[in-house]
Amino acid sequence: MHELSIALSLIDAAAEKAEELGAVRVEALHLKLGALSGVVREALLFSFDLAAAGTPIEGARLEIEEIPVSVFCRTCKTEQQLPGIQSFRCPVCDTPTPDVVRGRELELTSLEVTDLAETPEEETHATPDR
Amino acid sequence: MQPRIVEVRQGVLKKNDLLARDLRGRFRSAGVYVVNLVSSPGAGKTAFLEETLRRLHPHHRVAALVGDLATDNDARRLGRSGARVHQITTGTVCHLDAEMINTSLAGWDLAALDFLFVENVGNLVCPASYDLGEDLRTVLLSVTEGEDKPLKYPTIFNGADLALITKIDLAEAVGFDRADALANLQAVRPGIEVLETSARTGVGMEAWLERLRELAAVAAQG
Repeated sequence: MHELSIALSLIDAAAEKAEELGAVRVEALHLKLGALSGVVREALLFSFDLAAAGTPIEGARLEIEEIPVSVFCRTCKTEQQLPGIQSFRCPVCDTPTPDVVRGRELELTSLEVTDLAETPEEETHATPDR
Repeated sequence: MQPRIVEVRQGVLKKNDLLARDLRGRFRSAGVYVVNLVSSPGAGKTAFLEETLRRLHPHHRVAALVGDLATDNDARRLGRSGARVHQITTGTVCHLDAEMINTSLAGWDLAALDFLFVENVGNLVCPASYDLGEDLRTVLLSVTEGEDKPLKYPTIFNGADLALITKIDLAEAVGFDRADALANLQAVRPGIEVLETSARTGVGMEAWLERLRELAAVAAQG
């Protein structure tokens, strides 16, 4: 199981970006996870909370978008989505299709952040009533 | 305050991928052909590599990096071939990554090598995610482990450039269904080249070495 290593890399990348952004709290990480990435969703979710503890990312959600494998079929000359990863054949014409165009993703696509007020006390005074 | 979305679009393994690309460039300019061997534990990587090194060593400049969770038994075995062998003990880490390769090669004169073999940690899952800068990723499947391994671990077989069916001398004894194994390999990686070998009897070893020399010659021409 290498999901803990992956989770640590993911948190490093997110923490680096958050630092660039300045005074923000990271609410969520959005990740694209391809069926051929070699990473198991459940194991990654489990590792993520462990890896995030004590970092600026602690408490953030990990939102995973699973990406099925798509191949380019040379016979149909189009992209086709495969129902699984056990058979790389075009689901339309049954031609063997080794050209994977999607499904290897392991990508941090975006962060969901909340801006923290630089001087929270003054802001409170400025907007006393709700 | 409402949360806002900030685009990142960064590969989670970006650091590994960048270092692997750098290694690949160094290997290419040094003229060394690099082979990454992956398989389950017990598929015969060490025996296969031992025999490969023994046969190549008199004619080519060869070296090996060997990954293991613990022990340097494999490195000692491989060292008997006379080739330079370096053990990478990963501790609890279940795969090799580009950083481990980079660190292990510190101080090596890569231009003094023709072939470098990397024996990955025995594992059909984790090594699939890590590019090591290799030219050829070779997956080994032994006749004793079942013809359906490619269907159970499609990611690593799909990411391989070449497949070796090892321990072919035992095929009959274990009732190995060759056609089924080949069909499964082709199902998860259409067009993959498959060679059959036995490190013990030497069957298929010369064909493998000949193919290796051809691939290295093609890579050298860019």
